[in-house]
Amino acid sequence: MSALVVAGRELRGLFVTPFGWIALAVAQFVAAWLFLVQVEGFVKLQARLAAVPGAPGVTDLVVAPLLAQIGVLLLVVMPLVSMRAISGERQAGTLPLLLAAPLGAGELVLGKFLAAFAFGLLLIGLLGLMPLALLTGTTLDLGKFLAGLLGLTLLLAAVAAVGLLLSALIHQPAAAAAGTFGLLLLLWVADAGAPAGSALAWISLSHHLQPFLRGLVDTADIGYYLIVTVTCLLLSARRLEGGRRG
Amino acid sequence: MSGERLVEVTGLRRDYGARCAVRDLDFHVDRGEVLGLLGPNGAGKSTTLQVVSGCLAPSAGRVTLAGHDVNDSPRRAKAALGYLPEQPPLYRGLTVDEYLDFCARLHGLRGARLRAARERAKARCGLIADGRRLIAQLSKGYQQRVGIAQAILHDPPVVILDEPTVGLDPNQIREIRALVDDLGDDHAVILSTHILPEVEAVCDRVLILHRGRAVYSDRVTAAGDGGGGAELECAFSTPPDAAVLAALDGVEAVEPLGEGRFVLRHGGGHGLAEALAAASVEGGWGLMELRPRRRSLEQLFVELTCREELA
Repeated sequence: MSALVVAGRELRGLFVTPFGWIALAVAQFVAAWLFLVQVEGFVKLQARLAAVPGAPGVTDLVVAPLLAQIGVLLLVVMPLVSMRAISGERQAGTLPLLLAAPLGAGELVLGKFLAAFAFGLLLIGLLGLMPLALLTGTTLDLGKFLAGLLGLTLLLAAVAAVGLLLSALIHQPAAAAAGTFGLLLLLWVADAGAPAGSALAWISLSHHLQPFLRGLVDTADIGYYLIVTVTCLLLSARRLEGGRRG
Repeated sequence: MSGERLVEVTGLRRDYGARCAVRDLDFHVDRGEVLGLLGPNGAGKSTTLQVVSGCLAPSAGRVTLAGHDVNDSPRRAKAALGYLPEQPPLYRGLTVDEYLDFCARLHGLRGARLRAARERAKARCGLIADGRRLIAQLSKGYQQRVGIAQAILHDPPVVILDEPTVGLDPNQIREIRALVDDLGDDHAVILSTHILPEVEAVCDRVLILHRGRAVYSDRVTAAGDGGGGAELECAFSTPPDAAVLAALDGVEAVEPLGEGRFVLRHGGGHGLAEALAAASVEGGWGLMELRPRRRSLEQLFVELTCREELA
């Protein structure tokens, strides 16, 4: 399938340059730092928490905040990945190769999306391993942990799709990345100060992540991320088609 | 093999916003033919090729490649196409082999067929020893070869090369000409360039674009002796009188150049050179030089593309 060929090339492109390695290394370092701070705080509180019946455990106090922070890291790293997808090809002059190949706009967009998604999964996978280290000294609520990872995966899909759309719309890669980051940040904080149930809360990326971090898997939240993802992918494909007419 | 109509363009028009880049363009290329697309910079050559390759949609008109409409069934049309854009579409971080493998996979080649196609394309473009080199480290000429290898990799019936010899040294230009000549035997090739001798050397037909319109379209040989008649330049050690030359059969006009040189205008055909040589021996004129002077494509090009500017 041509989409997989495109995805394979894109992923390879991320790792034959230093970009992929540096992005993973920096994200890992930042997440490790946040994780250590989180663990230290928990250790200080532990004695007092032990006295309170029904107090939050290590999963709530260490793992959930870490996963939320990984979500923020995704907002920073993914625009740099998705900017290369279409905008980068356009600037490097390689887009005509793909446009003149027997390959539909849908397949091209899907391939690019799969590559960005796979890179993000690798990032989430590597960072998500850290909390598992706690298993050597304590027990984790694995259900909650997995729900959190599912939430992050859905967030990743939406983030990658938004980035792809802006990459298709904006011709300069750096501008595409900046635009993506700004838009994602806006969507992330959209619910700040807004009452739950309001439209601003509903469009917020972070608002829909919170239930997953509490261990709550709600189809409404899954639906939100899938709608954002699919809409952005369809619009990207349309944009590529429209770009020929431009 | 030859004769099959592989590229058919009718009523092509392409606008960029309010500006019209190409209009009313009709042409076709058959199998076994090389069409040279000529024109000054900005005449619409690249736009035309982008539309024919499906990278841009036409504002009006139709393009078919190997019988498939580029807009209605793009997948089939593009499967028949190999395209080298003005800027070679290379991934600089990949090696030559990795890049060609990717391009082959885009065209659905796998396994043994993929390897065979890659090796054949490399052999044709002189890249056999460079498979493991990074594209970023190749010279401009070699990058251009990789771009061409990419276009002929899947053995497409239609090959479009947009200025394939820009930035190459004379040896490399000769190699690429030889390759295009070779391709022209069993493919339909469209070659865009503004280097006129290149067209004269490899193209069967020429299409001259000026300000988005076709201003000339004919066989290259026709362009050579176009304008009705041809000229013969000759030099003698003991020159005869101009009037004697003018009296020769078939001569329409004689233009003396001085120092025993003359230009004879004649109605075409090849009998005059022979008659002139015989007359020289007879009259003891001492013929030193005799060569046909054809109206060159360059003259034609200048005439067609400067005319409007002067008007």
